Amino acid sequence: MTVAQKEPIIQFTQVNKVYENGTVGLKDIDLTIYPGEFVVVIGLSGAGKSTLMRSVNRLHDITSGDIQIGGRSITQAKGKELLSMRREIGMIFQNFNLVKRATVLRNVLTGRVGYYPTWKMLLGMFSAADKQKAYESLQRVELADKVYARADELSGGQQQRVSIARALTQEPRIILADEPIASLDPQTTHRVMDDLKKINEELGITVLINLHSVELAKEYGSRIVGIRAGHKVFDGPVASADDETIAAIYSGADTEKVGA
Amino acid sequence: MEMSEHTQPRPTPPAAPQLPKKPFAWERLAVTVLMIGGLVWSGVETQVNVGQFVANFGQFTQILAEMCRPDWSYVSYVVAPLIETIKMAVIGTAIGAGIAFPYAFLVSRNVVTNRFVTGLFRFILNIIRTIPDLLLAALFVAVVGIGPVAGIITLAIFTFGMVGKLFFEAVETIDEGPIEALRAAGANQWEIVRYAVVPQVMGFFVSYTLYAFEINVRASTVLGYVGAGGIGVFLQQNLGQFRYDRVSLMVLVIFAVVLVIDYVSSKTREALL
Amino acid sequence: MELSETHKLPARTHTGAWRRWVAGGLLVAVVLWAFTGMPALAIKPNAQRIGGAIIAGIFHPDWSYVYTGDGEDLVSTLLQTVAIAFAGTFISAIVSLPFAFWAARGKHKFWLVSRSGKFLLTAIRTFPEIVLALMFIKAVGPSAFAGVLAVGFHSVGMLAKLFSEAIENLDNGAGEAVTAAGGTHLDTTMLATIPQLLPEFVSNTLYRFELAIRSASILGIVGAGGVGTPLIFAISSRAWSRVGIILLGIVIMVTLVDFISGTVRKRLV
Ligand SMILES: Nc1ncnc2c1ncn2[C@@H]1O[C@H](COP(=O)(O)OP(=O)(O)OP(=O)(O)O)[C@@H](O)[C@H]1O
Ligand SMILES: [Mg+2]
Repeated sequence: MTVAQKEPIIQFTQVNKVYENGTVGLKDIDLTIYPGEFVVVIGLSGAGKSTLMRSVNRLHDITSGDIQIGGRSITQAKGKELLSMRREIGMIFQNFNLVKRATVLRNVLTGRVGYYPTWKMLLGMFSAADKQKAYESLQRVELADKVYARADELSGGQQQRVSIARALTQEPRIILADEPIASLDPQTTHRVMDDLKKINEELGITVLINLHSVELAKEYGSRIVGIRAGHKVFDGPVASADDETIAAIYSGADTEKVGA
Repeated sequence: MEMSEHTQPRPTPPAAPQLPKKPFAWERLAVTVLMIGGLVWSGVETQVNVGQFVANFGQFTQILAEMCRPDWSYVSYVVAPLIETIKMAVIGTAIGAGIAFPYAFLVSRNVVTNRFVTGLFRFILNIIRTIPDLLLAALFVAVVGIGPVAGIITLAIFTFGMVGKLFFEAVETIDEGPIEALRAAGANQWEIVRYAVVPQVMGFFVSYTLYAFEINVRASTVLGYVGAGGIGVFLQQNLGQFRYDRVSLMVLVIFAVVLVIDYVSSKTREALL
Repeated sequence: MELSETHKLPARTHTGAWRRWVAGGLLVAVVLWAFTGMPALAIKPNAQRIGGAIIAGIFHPDWSYVYTGDGEDLVSTLLQTVAIAFAGTFISAIVSLPFAFWAARGKHKFWLVSRSGKFLLTAIRTFPEIVLALMFIKAVGPSAFAGVLAVGFHSVGMLAKLFSEAIENLDNGAGEAVTAAGGTHLDTTMLATIPQLLPEFVSNTLYRFELAIRSASILGIVGAGGVGTPLIFAISSRAWSRVGIILLGIVIMVTLVDFISGTVRKRLV
């Protein structure tokens, strides 16, 4: 794998994030991700994994530093530009974030909002082509038969796959997934992870995901990033993350020195 | 200074888990005193006189007796004003709820983040909600004249206040997840409202509007008392002439209508949700 | 599960949606019907002038009326309004209790019992308060006392309904726990039922008090005491600056009561 020659798709440069209440979310993060990678972020609860993900599409603003998406700074982006950059980044949430009372199709279509002028959106004027696109995304996660079901009629795992379809319909270059399987059973977990892997391999979409399970990280990821107390303490291919390194990410010692 | 320095490193008491004393319930005492005080004061202030009430109870039962013989022949006279009453309630509810819908988003802190805007419009909404309906009606009769228009305006304002309040509270308690999902997909404020907020709250809106309609039907029956149209006009006339047989007939008819409306309204709610 | 060859988005099958369309269509039809025969523009020609005068009056309130000491001034009548609402709500809270147990579902063997209770409460709620007030005025004369009785009687309709719902929604778990620990019927009532219901009762009563304040300020229109009497006089004599100060007084009074009652209710839950 010689991804290193390509242009980076996500680039963190000296990123710091301090929450309003003084909590340090991220500290001096440098991180470069190339197209087609499947990067798994691991770390203790509260380490700053979610903060990292949310900085990428600026659901959270960072305090200092710069984040570039495909060579453009999202940190500097304003108004329309920010919205159109977000369009390129799909996001999958732990608790799905579906509109429960709306149909599956409706939910998947909302992935297209970024492509329409506002007035068309307000009237609910989605094109037939986009409806078809949404339907194809649903086929990809094998939920085509549920298009017209209401979201709350689906099981948790199915809802999560709907949210994957929503992100896909967005036709993103990057998918961010913040603990997408935390509330799913082991069986469903593999369904969802397989879907994400498939998307990564077949469509070449870059995946940045954070997981609590080291086994899953090793099984699906191509690269692991370890976060502890807002610091990046490990960054390397899955193969180089041995048990000792993993243990260090989750406990005390500074892995960057250990791993080196 | 010195004292505190000396007392600070106090050794922790030996592990003797004694039951801590229950703090004295000041609050409960205060409430009790307030209640009893309030009762005594309000009794004196309003000159509550149970003896008088008992003594004159004959008067009261006499009215009740008259009311037990409703004047059925009067039914044909009340149909037209009754229909006018229902129309007033329908129009008032439609206008009031129609305005309340966009307004509620304007005052919801999770939709409009500008605290000044939400604060100002909430203040207006709260003021409107404080004025009792019959007073509004009396005022509008003075402005636009006797007739159903005054009643409609009153009901519209009343509905606006009620639905606006209930609805914005519903908007504020929605699941934030879909909002975040849309923001992440690059949606702007309008699109977020349309696709993440409205679908979640539409059911509440329908429900509250129908609820307001039920209340408006009841309210509209008395607005006529101050001249704001509907069956209340006749209610006032007959009360003035002490025709309690007719009054009771009207009360019965209103009751029947209210029951029917409540039933229809609950069925509509079921069908729409 | 195999995917079809075409992969085309199938048309939506309208299973339950038609009901919504019918109901929505009927709703629109009803609103349109309501507009028929309404004298939409039958507004007095000088409406604008009067409206302006009222607004001017509201912005130039008659401050001298706030307190005169003769018992007919704003502060006195507002206090009387609060007193009417307080006494009326207090009476109705007590009267409501037996009605609530009567109307509560799940407490009786026969559904008819609770159904008849609910029916009676609806009847009481529907009986116009103004008519009630006039009937009580017949009995005790035009006084604040008549207002107390009207508010007290009318409130039962709503308060008992709210109470009965609280009883219906009571969580049986706590009661079962007491029973399981060997408690008697009385024990469950004292240790589980009442502690669970009390905050709910108080909260409902306070809510009803907020509404009673509004009722009490209109009953004066028929002479049952409170701030309604001077207001209706001021309106009919077109003393707009006095109307202004009275409206201001009502707004402040209701806001204060709502605020206090709301704060207490929040602490209860
Ligand atoms: N909105 C916020 N305001 C203040 N502090 C916050 C906020 N969100 C997160 N934090 C703090 O920032 C730190 C990192 O939080 P983050 O949510 O990124 O952790 P995480 O690694 O995703 O944890 P988990 O695995 O539990 O989801 C934590 O100490 C957390 O308390
Ligand atoms: Mg997290």
